[in-house]
Amino acid sequence: MSHDISEENLPESHGDSHGHAVAVHDDPFADPGLPVHEPRRTDIDERAAKRAERQVSLMFVISMLATIGFIASYVIFDIDKIVYIFPLGHVSALNFALGLTLGVALFCIGAGAVHWARTLMSDHEIPAERHPIEADDEVRADVIEQFRTGAAESGFGRRKMIRNTMIGSMALVPLSGVVLLRDLGPMPEQKLNHTGWQVATPQKPLQLINVNTNEPMKPEDVIVGSLTFAKPEGLEEEAEDFQVQIAKDALMLVRIAPDDIKDNESRDKGFEGILAYSKICTHVGCPISLYEQQTHHALCPCHQSTFDLADGARVIFGPAGHPLPQLKITTDEQGFLVATGDFDEPVGPSFWERKR
Amino acid sequence: MSTTSGATSSASKPASTRAKPANKAEAAADWADGRLGIYTLAKSNLRKIFPDHWSFMLGEICLYSFIIIILTGVYLTLFFKPSMAEVVYHGPYTPLDGIRMSEAYASTMDISFEIRGGLLIRQIHHWAALVFVAAMLVHMMRVFFTGAFRKPREINWVFGFLLLVLGMFDGFFGYSLPDDLLSGTGIRFMEGAILAVPIVGTYIQMFLFGGQFPGTDIVPRFFTIHVLLIPGIMLGLLVAHLILVFYHKHTQWAGPGKTEKNVVGMPLMPVYMAKAGGFFFLVFGIISAISAIATINPIWAYGPYRPDQVSTDAQPDWYMGFSEGLIRIMPGWEISVWGGHTLNLGVMVPLAIFPLVLVAIAVYPFIEGWITGDKREHHILDRPRNAPVRTALGAAWISLYLVLLVGGGNDLFATHFHLSLNSITYFVRVGFFVVPVIVFFVTKRWCLGLQRRDKEKVLHGRESGVIKRLPHGEFVEVHTPLAAKDLHTLTAHEQHQPVELAAATDENGVARKAGVLAKTRAKLSEGYFGEGGQIVKPTAEEFREIESGHGHH
Ligand code: FES
Repeated sequence: MSHDISEENLPESHGDSHGHAVAVHDDPFADPGLPVHEPRRTDIDERAAKRAERQVSLMFVISMLATIGFIASYVIFDIDKIVYIFPLGHVSALNFALGLTLGVALFCIGAGAVHWARTLMSDHEIPAERHPIEADDEVRADVIEQFRTGAAESGFGRRKMIRNTMIGSMALVPLSGVVLLRDLGPMPEQKLNHTGWQVATPQKPLQLINVNTNEPMKPEDVIVGSLTFAKPEGLEEEAEDFQVQIAKDALMLVRIAPDDIKDNESRDKGFEGILAYSKICTHVGCPISLYEQQTHHALCPCHQSTFDLADGARVIFGPAGHPLPQLKITTDEQGFLVATGDFDEPVGPSFWERKR
Repeated sequence: MSTTSGATSSASKPASTRAKPANKAEAAADWADGRLGIYTLAKSNLRKIFPDHWSFMLGEICLYSFIIIILTGVYLTLFFKPSMAEVVYHGPYTPLDGIRMSEAYASTMDISFEIRGGLLIRQIHHWAALVFVAAMLVHMMRVFFTGAFRKPREINWVFGFLLLVLGMFDGFFGYSLPDDLLSGTGIRFMEGAILAVPIVGTYIQMFLFGGQFPGTDIVPRFFTIHVLLIPGIMLGLLVAHLILVFYHKHTQWAGPGKTEKNVVGMPLMPVYMAKAGGFFFLVFGIISAISAIATINPIWAYGPYRPDQVSTDAQPDWYMGFSEGLIRIMPGWEISVWGGHTLNLGVMVPLAIFPLVLVAIAVYPFIEGWITGDKREHHILDRPRNAPVRTALGAAWISLYLVLLVGGGNDLFATHFHLSLNSITYFVRVGFFVVPVIVFFVTKRWCLGLQRRDKEKVLHGRESGVIKRLPHGEFVEVHTPLAAKDLHTLTAHEQHQPVELAAATDENGVARKAGVLAKTRAKLSEGYFGEGGQIVKPTAEEFREIESGHGHH
């Protein structure tokens, strides 16, 4: 290949530095100065340069074709067309075609420009001087003097009363902005302390509704070793505040052989071994969904707090700080599971005002 | 007003002394110059010099992915409905047919399944956000490990830091907008964290959510923060960041011809323009291709958010993973204070460490500047090995981040590697304290080893691989001496001396007490630059002495 290069284009010599090298002999580590510019193949071989030129153009042409391909894909492919592409699996044909054509169209512009810069534009390194960021002493003195004059003319330092009251007023005025934010939301009041179960009383109990079947439950519907999820009677998905309510009311029911229940208080709150715990994790509020039958452990998928449901939902692992609240349940005249009141303590993540 | 025109032109001539423009483009430039002063602006900038090194591209990736995020973000706002009003879905994605969901989720479904190209733009937006944050982090590492944050660039370091933090949070807000099961879980997490704030937590929660969790206000509010408030601040910071880069001029590596007083490289026009401009398209092209191939955040698979449901591998995007790690490894401490008030340390402590881990990066330039007491400008980069303590601190920080990332993904590690979840958590709890310390010492030693190798190379040359037998029978490897440019490059770095405490008595013999601060500074400085903190670099005398012995050793 090297015979392509015509002799007269070759540089005269290699390796010597330009003039600004420091006298090297007295300091072996001295800066030898900028190295001589080494020509690239495209600098000295016109044919190589031409080839590079064609390569750059080719990339720009590919980009044009890809953009046309993008527009064509937009028109051709139906949005719901799914195709199988190895190794990606089933993907949307439209998304795939649009993304790849766009990717090629953009990439080739970039690759063309970079290739152009690397092969054909000058690669001479040029030194440019830096100037210190700091001003020299004269400018500094001048500016400070000007500032002093200005400050003196304003009388800012002399009229202390004006100065102090101005600072005071400016410090206070942002408070208006803070006050205006007050109407962003209501006061907390007792909202976090109660759930939708609070309307239940021993005279007017609330039925436990199975979340999946939307039916009230009899004790025999709660199978030993499984987790059943429930919501209060009357809470419908269509309700406007459904999300807010379910975020607090959600229950999980477990059935444990009464002898296996280690905590007496917990056993008394349940009904024939059926225990109703809040489904909302006491850590930061994820719903708890994983249950291990043998150990009666419930695990929160968010940060793995683990609660022992046989022992009053005590925390046995993870970052939660207190047990899951338990709802007292019994059955009504027709034999359906009901609650007769609210949880004894707030459900979900703990907060400052939460009494323990 | 115009006195000059009256003085220099006769009535028949145009009122300008300027040479006639050669072509239309010059004429247009003249026109603009008369209004905007573009010639003066361009004078020093058109051929502005930029040094070249692959690592200098990292900042460009940040800039370009930010631009991509804005472009795709504008497109998405045209279709997205930031509302939590409930609708019933009847779109083309049949598994969710008849399901109740918020308009935010439904419109994200539409963008994904009914708007041609919508899915692609959503994916590009999300991928670009991941690239953006990752590139910022790596870019900052580059700046950190090379000491490019030193005077005069400390402020720009802080701007960059703020961009990183804002980028992370804007990513979190954006992630929350589609109101799918995963994003709702993220918001729930945030609610729990806010509630853990002592005294005002419940108030902030009510005000932020417009009532109880989840309410109906949070998505529209996050939307405004995500598309307007934070990007606006970021844009301002970004412009300031770039102006400062222009003003300070770029840093460069030590090498022949490169000094603290110059900058060596290629001019903006045409080389840098072509390379940087081209690079934008490369980044955009690659992100587009990734988005065509790899699905990210498939919200249709998670389903709409309901507070009583959860998907199993609930994971935030990776850049929030370390906060997730903090929260997962923290023991559940909850204490009662002031007559029954609850202090939720289990959530509060991680919440406090999170900013501390970040702020540690922000203040570093000022701490190092204080320890060295160096008031000069620095434009030549340090090789990481030549600043062993700094490099070791950076590595320790990264290791802490990674340990926490493992903590944040403990469930994934458990299922993928069949390990016990609990033991991973215990390991991370210990690792949080131990790993950074180990990494610090290992990295420091490694740097010192590399420094020693450099010194060896300077004094004895490079191993040539040629073995020679001396007349008396000994075998030696021939070392080729280094070229002048390598000798210079390897010895160009500066070495700080530890600051000395002032003498215990002043010149009059009066006892002087060194303050705690001064003592701390001397201690730190000794740790940084004392014995064991660096290898003394070879001197010219040493070099000459060995040279005269013809390299026998
Ligand atoms: S929310 Fe359950 S462990 Fe964090």
